[in-house]
Amino acid sequence: MTTPTKETAAVVTGIGVVAPTGVGTEEHWRSVLAGKSGIGRITRFDPSPYPVRLAGEVPGFTGKGRIPNRLLPQTDRWTHMALAAADEALEDACIDLGRLPEYEIAVVTSSSSGGTEFGQQEMERLYRNDPSWVSAYQSIAWFYAATTGQISIKNGARGPCGVVCTEQAGGLDAAAQARGLLETGSRVVLTGGTDASLCPYGVVAQMSTGMLSTAEDQGRAFVPFDEAACGYVPGEGGAILVVETAASAAERGRGGGYGTVLGHAAGFAADPGASRRVLAAVIRRALRDAGTDPGDVDAVFADAMGTAEQDRAEAQAITDVFGPGGVPVTAPKTLTGRLYGGGAPLDMATALLSMRDGVLPHTVGPSRKAAGCDIDLVLDRPRDTELRAVLVLARGHGGFTSALVLGRPEEDDAPVSRRNRDEGENR
Amino acid sequence: MSGFTIDDLRSIMATAVEVDEDVDLNGDIAGTAFDDLGYDSLAVMEVAAHVQRATGVRITDEAAGDLPTPGDMVAYVTNRLTAAEA
Repeated sequence: MTTPTKETAAVVTGIGVVAPTGVGTEEHWRSVLAGKSGIGRITRFDPSPYPVRLAGEVPGFTGKGRIPNRLLPQTDRWTHMALAAADEALEDACIDLGRLPEYEIAVVTSSSSGGTEFGQQEMERLYRNDPSWVSAYQSIAWFYAATTGQISIKNGARGPCGVVCTEQAGGLDAAAQARGLLETGSRVVLTGGTDASLCPYGVVAQMSTGMLSTAEDQGRAFVPFDEAACGYVPGEGGAILVVETAASAAERGRGGGYGTVLGHAAGFAADPGASRRVLAAVIRRALRDAGTDPGDVDAVFADAMGTAEQDRAEAQAITDVFGPGGVPVTAPKTLTGRLYGGGAPLDMATALLSMRDGVLPHTVGPSRKAAGCDIDLVLDRPRDTELRAVLVLARGHGGFTSALVLGRPEEDDAPVSRRNRDEGENR
Repeated sequence: MSGFTIDDLRSIMATAVEVDEDVDLNGDIAGTAFDDLGYDSLAVMEVAAHVQRATGVRITDEAAGDLPTPGDMVAYVTNRLTAAEA
């Protein structure tokens, strides 16, 4: 397993996190390793009239003080989160975008719901009053591309900009698009994504999938691969990543960053019954794209839908490629719920931190593996292990199926660790 | 509402839209372009909607686009209030 030396290889040099497990990358990572759940009873509205009462909320998050005041009433909570995460990612990458050619800076995020909370607020104003009460900013706040647009405007990124809407698979597809942009003239891409759809309108819309957990016991509500799997808990937040060409990272003294996006593939399972076959094929294509064999992959971050049928399909697809118990599998998303557009970026962030620290976080919740789930699920405690390449899986409602391979930096290419940087040391 | 002054508009501008911290609405803003005060076209539409609710004078999006300064907006509203009273 080697990091490609190709000049346009997609190196992740910055991470920003806003998640139920923490605001800030290191707070999130500490929570994950401690198995500290961010799931609880919904507080953003009174959930008692609804069948879904639990969610992964970002505790105490507000855009106030984190993003410019001017943008607060102009944008939805999901955009507030992404702008805050983008600031952290850029700071983490030690990059001054103002010094780079503006048309070589791109933005591609994933979004699943757009600005539903903003939209609900304005719809209430419409039916309680009249059209003149609807904010002019409704026109720019609700739609899926709003986050990409605001990140682009705020950071002077005038290169290719877009949004990928493939539900939970969106973050991997956005990262793949970022990787493609680096091969066609972009130097830096802000990618990743967030979602924040924990308002009555947003949650009811999500309920239409029929896969949301209605359990009220926080510890048993989202237990993928368990014989008691009962759906998933929705969450909010996500991660923004700074991805740049290997040449740019090297020129800036960032070495191999956190790691490299080595490969990606996507497919579509129009029929839920096709999930196993499509996912196995997508995994094989992603490994081929990365130039890796199954034996090179040291861990899998599972999609972990949390329903019996889809858990079994995923476990079997993993077994089809890696063999029974052939690779450690984990799903830290049981601490956050499924974050839709923000889910896969957060998994990517967590996977990169796992490679950095040589520790694979455990899956909190499941205790008795369901029949047919013949995987080596990491339970009980984090597992110390060297991780050279990690496979991240994501499936979006409707059939979107994606896989992405991340590779660790070479030893002599390792980034300055955060701790050393804080101490003012340079490599 | 019997009249509409620059101070009425000033207070609406301050509450309808958040602008950057360095914008000072307390000075002589009547002849300063909305744009120079940090109010882009969407912000002007938002202000116009609030003025409409406060005065009852309808300001279409097109009309708002033709009012480059706070002074122009005050004059537009005052003229229509006067015409309505006559």
